[in-house]
Amino acid sequence: MLKVDETYIAQAKPETGRSWLWPVLGTLVFVAFAAVFPMIAKAIGDPSLIGLATRIAIYAIAAASLNLILGYGGLVSFGHAAYFGVGGYVVGILYSHYVSGDPFWGFIPGTNQLLITIPAAILVSGLFALVIGALSLRTSGVPFIMITLAFAQMLYFLFVSLKAYGGDDGLIVRRRNFLGDINLADDTTFYYVTIGLAVLYFILFARIVRSQFGMVLGGIRQNERRMASIGVSTYQYKLVAFVIAGMGAGLAGALMANYSKFVSPDMLHWTKSGDLMIMIIIGGTGTLLGPVLGAAALIGLETYLTSWTEHWKFFLGPILILIVLFSSGGLTSIFSRGRGKND
Amino acid sequence: MTLVLEQILNGFQFGIMLFLLAAGLTLIFGIMNVINLAHGCLYMIGAYAAALVAARTGSFLLAVPAGLVAAALAGLIIEFLVIRRLYDRDHLEQVLATFGLILFINEGVTMLFGRTPLFVAIPQWLQGSVEIIPGVPYPAYRLAIMVTGLLVAGGLYLLVNKTRIGMLVRAGSTHREMVRALGVDIRLLYTIVFALGALLAGLAGLMAGPLLAVQVGMGEQILILTFVVVVIGGLGSIRGAFYGALIVGLTDTMLRAFLPGFFKTFMNASEADALGAGLSSMGIYLVMALVLLVRPQGLFNAQG
Repeated sequence: MLKVDETYIAQAKPETGRSWLWPVLGTLVFVAFAAVFPMIAKAIGDPSLIGLATRIAIYAIAAASLNLILGYGGLVSFGHAAYFGVGGYVVGILYSHYVSGDPFWGFIPGTNQLLITIPAAILVSGLFALVIGALSLRTSGVPFIMITLAFAQMLYFLFVSLKAYGGDDGLIVRRRNFLGDINLADDTTFYYVTIGLAVLYFILFARIVRSQFGMVLGGIRQNERRMASIGVSTYQYKLVAFVIAGMGAGLAGALMANYSKFVSPDMLHWTKSGDLMIMIIIGGTGTLLGPVLGAAALIGLETYLTSWTEHWKFFLGPILILIVLFSSGGLTSIFSRGRGKND
Repeated sequence: MTLVLEQILNGFQFGIMLFLLAAGLTLIFGIMNVINLAHGCLYMIGAYAAALVAARTGSFLLAVPAGLVAAALAGLIIEFLVIRRLYDRDHLEQVLATFGLILFINEGVTMLFGRTPLFVAIPQWLQGSVEIIPGVPYPAYRLAIMVTGLLVAGGLYLLVNKTRIGMLVRAGSTHREMVRALGVDIRLLYTIVFALGALLAGLAGLMAGPLLAVQVGMGEQILILTFVVVVIGGLGSIRGAFYGALIVGLTDTMLRAFLPGFFKTFMNASEADALGAGLSSMGIYLVMALVLLVRPQGLFNAQG
């Protein structure tokens, strides 16, 4: 128990000295690398790497958003793909109304402007997360895992039954959204937009996690009863975290719909929620860059193994089991081990 | 009226199938505190083994022990290699490791038997239908499932409430540490319970064979429903699993049977079918959400 206290106090200590230097430097190096990456990919004659990097960035956002509640807040939500899918469907539905010309519900006009669809996707996913979270957070432990799964399945079947928006077959977004006058049909352009949004998202995420709100969330994970007894209304903190997480997944879903020019109920399927959890576990729960490493590892592994055998899941399964059984802390723990961090 | 009665019986039969899966799942959770997502895989293994033996030999009576043995063996192997190491881990790790098991087993079965579903014929002597009350014929095979399921439920009741193993199971689900402290070989008990759960899942799988297509993914389809049953009934409670299974089986079947027809009264046919199917799939999740909101511990909580 004492150990928990010490780590908590250590985390809560204001950061001193030049602790800002490395994150800023790291971000700058990453941005510089990301900026020249398409040229490198084209130079080595493999432009498909640009699409791969875009997908990794999108899934990194989705996994990081789940990590806020799962890793930092200790809330095992098994239905996070729901918000990912809802974000995607916002783009798809707005586009289909833009093409047909008649407004959604009679008063919301369709659009193909990224500057409108993305905030709309974030907002709608956040609203879904607010309703689902408000109900689900009345439970905890295993019932919480199951009820989040149940709500996600409900939304999955809802979209399956919406014949007007493709039902089971999904909805094709014939052309990517426009960013002002910029056409995003080119993969490299879309890559830059995605990476830009991802960098902004992770900067914001880091600020949230280090804020007082993030500290309280970590405290709730470690000992909810103690946080409640020092006067924190834990339900509200958890709900706000749940909504922020849903909004992040909505952003990722909207980007994914644009990237693949297609949305379908598969985006909300429970195995997608499982994939997001796998990314977090592989990368390391409760770490800022864990989901990025996890997304890169899973998407990279998937791409590599599928080129080799169509039965790649046969190998992924045991790898996953071994990671869970024999490592704790995921990939990030390998990198941070040298620095003697006991987080 | 006949149609309503028939659908009620169908719902009851579906509920019995769900109970066979849910009983194992809830026991495994109640006693070992493990969430086993791979429970659906055991159901699929039972169905595949029975379907393959039935196709080879043409005898359903030989297929039954084949399905049971295959599922129980698979359960023992899984318990020994993976589940045993998960007892003291948190739920997230259990979910992920057993998710890995699903990927491995499903893909393995696909590699061995392909993606084409297998179909099993209903055995000759169960093919007809029986008039339960005069004028209402009902398929004999479905009746046989119900009878088998009820017998198993009764047997489980006796096993849990009247035998020494059952006593340990009950004690284990409420006071795990105490049972361990009293010198009971808890690992053996865990293995027995897990194998029993696998056996029941295999039984459900082999009986489902002639009603559904035997294919990869059938396990996960029913697994999620089973979770709903277990959560509604209360984790760890066999009685809860029984009533929860009947609630879910009846709700699901009735909604599927009558909701599209209801929508057809004021919509065009194809849209009504799609909307009805979608909403009736949502129905049980709605029931689960309602139950959890009113009683977060489920209807029959073993601990309370």
